[in-house]
Amino acid sequence: MISESSSFVKGVVLGGAFCVVVTLLGHIKVGHGTKARHHEHHHIQAPNKEDVLNLSEGERMELSKSIRVYCIVLVKPKDLGHWAAVKETWSKHCDKVEFYSSENVKVFESVALNTNDMWVMMRKAYKITYERYKDEFNWFFLAYPTTFAIIENLKYFLLKKDPSQPFYIGHTMKSGDLEYVDGEGGIVLSIESLRRLSRVLEDSDKCPEQGGMLWKLDEDKQLAICLKYTGVFAENAEDSEGKDVFNTKSVGALIKEAMSTHPQQVVDGCCSDMAITFSGLAPNHMHVMMYGVYRLRPYGHTYNDALVFLPPTG
Amino acid sequence: MASSKSLMNLLTFTFGSAIGFFVCYLLFSIILEEQVKIQPHILHNDPHGQHSADTDNNQLQGQMNFNADFGQHKDENKNIAEGLYQKVKILCWVMTGPQNLEKKAKHVKATWAQRCNKILFMSSEENKDFPTVGLETKEGRDQLYWKTIKAFQYVYDHYFDDADWFMKADDDTYVILDNLRWLLSKYSPEQPIYFGRRFKPYVKQGYMSGGAGYVLSKEALKRFVAAFKMNKCSHSSSIEDLALGKCMEIINVEAGDSRDTSGRETFHPFVPEHHLIIGYLPKTFWYWNYNYYPAVEGPGCCSDLAVSFHYVDSVTMYHLEYLIYHLRPYGYLYRYNPDSAKNPEEQSKNEAEEDNQKLKQKISEN
Repeated sequence: MISESSSFVKGVVLGGAFCVVVTLLGHIKVGHGTKARHHEHHHIQAPNKEDVLNLSEGERMELSKSIRVYCIVLVKPKDLGHWAAVKETWSKHCDKVEFYSSENVKVFESVALNTNDMWVMMRKAYKITYERYKDEFNWFFLAYPTTFAIIENLKYFLLKKDPSQPFYIGHTMKSGDLEYVDGEGGIVLSIESLRRLSRVLEDSDKCPEQGGMLWKLDEDKQLAICLKYTGVFAENAEDSEGKDVFNTKSVGALIKEAMSTHPQQVVDGCCSDMAITFSGLAPNHMHVMMYGVYRLRPYGHTYNDALVFLPPTG
Repeated sequence: MASSKSLMNLLTFTFGSAIGFFVCYLLFSIILEEQVKIQPHILHNDPHGQHSADTDNNQLQGQMNFNADFGQHKDENKNIAEGLYQKVKILCWVMTGPQNLEKKAKHVKATWAQRCNKILFMSSEENKDFPTVGLETKEGRDQLYWKTIKAFQYVYDHYFDDADWFMKADDDTYVILDNLRWLLSKYSPEQPIYFGRRFKPYVKQGYMSGGAGYVLSKEALKRFVAAFKMNKCSHSSSIEDLALGKCMEIINVEAGDSRDTSGRETFHPFVPEHHLIIGYLPKTFWYWNYNYYPAVEGPGCCSDLAVSFHYVDSVTMYHLEYLIYHLRPYGYLYRYNPDSAKNPEEQSKNEAEEDNQKLKQKISEN
């Protein structure tokens, strides 16, 4: 009896210790740390206003048409509320959007992937996308249904970037040595990156379907690992003032943070004027964002923009 | 037996370690997980805006300097807005009290208030630091009408010549001054008229919701102040906006139509979410019976050039400030073009479509 209880206690202690070690080392996904981390990674910036004004009229028109963005939204039936909101709101501003679902859903059209595993979903979605659309689009934006995106600002950001170069852009994070784009903020791939990705996905040594680790790695980290093998590295996107344009939180959450960390300069600490994504939004918030971004404005303020985007039909 | 005993030990050990791991994992998930607060569905059950029960979940510490300066938009052309600033002079006064200066009025001051030609914060007591004007009244719901009368009296006595229009707002109202100027630019301050979110009960020509804010022309203010000297209007009422509306009717100040050229409301008694989301406000809610014009929910609720929102908490103040004056979709051509319409809706819709067609053609030609 005594030896049993002592083994039990030893077991509990060992289990607890193991868990602590694993959590601290492996960043088990129980929630993301909210403190700002010090990144050492590439930062790529939006075009400068001066650069943009040097474009001629003809060049501006050409450019507006030439940046073609295909949107992938990874969904599951449980996300139906968010899915509907995304479908009705920002995704209409993509040149084309498709919803890649874990399984077929009666209410909405989707590309059924027949798997519940996020990494497998992501692999399949990218593979299908490359096969079908490699000649039609030059940029590929992947998002979750809790994300809100402003495609016009994405296009402005990509304005002077050559899609035949391997770009892999978003809100980057660091996990040990690995630098990856956080899926919550949206993932942008150029056609060249997608091309390289579709090749390495066939390589089951470098880029297997099963994570191959003790515990499962999140799909956004897996993606980074696979891309790294092909020479494609994550880059953090910032505006000309150094502020992130891809955000993994909502505007409200970022404002609250700015008020405690930058109480004297809430504006500067919060968010970019040219923000592309916010995340963690409820379906209602997406409708509010549509009004706040695409309609509500102060009379008498005009801009001399280099690109022209018409409102979507419907 | 020795082997079965050691097997037993092994089993209990394994079981123990599983429990230890599991408990630890749970603890970590609780500690590391972000708290997601679900905002309560607060429906304000009284049209006459009660602020006494403050459910302030969002108390903010520290100085909020959400700088409303235009430096963020260096390639922005503000000539039209600046022209209107000179042409349509608006004095704003914000109804507040000593207990709300840090919680509410401060955020008003940090955001939209600076865009008024003149801004005054009205309180029962004077505060030289904030600063606030002391009206020498008590605080409380039943004092609101008296405070309003005294506030307008103060404005008339000290600033009558400094402005053309006089806007009253609460410390949880967000006002978009540029859009208010555009609305008022079509009228003369010598007209006896006032604008706001028009309600229909009790007063024949309707009256304006207090919380959504209302704005009096110079002539209207003159008549309002005179009415009390001549005892034309009563001095006391527990319902500020209704009492003011009754008085306006007595003194022949017209209740104006503040809707935009496509018929959409500009002054809003709630935050955008409550108006934009179909079904948010239940059909039994008082609001549907109060609105003078047919009330709309969903995207048609609200003008692109909205003037005000109400029940705006501190976080939402900055949220609105960011969405309105900072974040914008680059290169985007807005659907609604206020300047192209002389006749409402049809004209603007047609012209907007025409412009879109022309541009589409131009783009496809290139």
